[in-house]
Amino acid sequence: MSRLVIYFLAVLARKYVKKIIIIPAFNEEANIGSVLASVKESCPDFDVLVINDGSTDKTLNIARSFAFARTIDLPINLGIGGAVQTGFLHSRRHGYGLAVQIDGDGQHKPSEVSKITAPILRDEADVVIGSRFMEKGSYKKAMFRRAGIRLFSWTNRILLGERITDSTSGFRSYNKKAIAVLSEDYPDDYPEPEAVFILKRKGLRIKEVPVEMATRAGGKSSISVLGSIYYMIKVFLAIFVLMLRKQE
Amino acid sequence: MENVQVFRIQILAIIGSGLLIIFILELIRRKKLKEEFAVLWLTMGIVFLVISLFRKLLDKFSLLVGIGYPPAALFLILIMGLTVILIHFSVAISRLKEENKKLAQELGLLRKELEDK
Repeated sequence: MSRLVIYFLAVLARKYVKKIIIIPAFNEEANIGSVLASVKESCPDFDVLVINDGSTDKTLNIARSFAFARTIDLPINLGIGGAVQTGFLHSRRHGYGLAVQIDGDGQHKPSEVSKITAPILRDEADVVIGSRFMEKGSYKKAMFRRAGIRLFSWTNRILLGERITDSTSGFRSYNKKAIAVLSEDYPDDYPEPEAVFILKRKGLRIKEVPVEMATRAGGKSSISVLGSIYYMIKVFLAIFVLMLRKQE
Repeated sequence: MENVQVFRIQILAIIGSGLLIIFILELIRRKKLKEEFAVLWLTMGIVFLVISLFRKLLDKFSLLVGIGYPPAALFLILIMGLTVILIHFSVAISRLKEENKKLAQELGLLRKELEDK
């Protein structure tokens, strides 16, 4: 009987967990409006937090024109890592039990959010990554990027024993534990693959689910060829150093 | 003739190192330089002053580490000193960057709290 009550309470607690969508945006005036519009449509039970990462265009004004969206206006450009971490800090301080990250560039579809939050609400994982590669979707990927992602995937499998097909995906959801970890420690630039390691080393459960993503609607991708070479080197260096540190 | 030349460069080196030390001390006095950074520069100035005052030291040092041409040892010391200082800079910049990030995040969060009130 008491078991049943506990189970029921747990279900209730999960149902009423505070949920937030974190949207980092740097000069995304071309996309942020449509992202927010579809977030409102697809995820009405979420609080929405836009983090304007020192944009020089109209991103902030557009975000503020949506009454349901809250904004954090960073005084300087911190880069994607610093911006998203601001969202984690906010989520932790306000007791959110579920945070979803959606990029401000329109690549992640708000209609897919329920896929990556379901395992968290069922308490099957602490972190869920939306992957483009687990199923055949409509996503077209550049060859170089794909090779890089495959390399990360091998590294993950060898070093963590974890099969992660899309470790560069920023379409993720986190529970309270993961939010606490990442608000303390989140890389500054190209944070996604490294964050997988940070979370795994803390013993959190990571799960990947297949999602559909859009190819970019407007604007430019943030990653150039030279940038992606730096990306690879940076991530491998960070992972290498992380392995040298003591596991907690 | 050779002795005069050596003497001349020795005087110049002593004056140069002396000026470096005075310059660093003056920067600290005017609060333009934090002690944290001054220590390394001062150490370098003192090392060069000592070497220029006692030229034999350089010969001994070269012999000790196996450098055939003593002036090359001078460059070695110089480059090593500069490398240490530059690494120190990188560490300091990284720390500043981290602190800067935290301040910006805190500022953004506080601004939102204010707006919400």
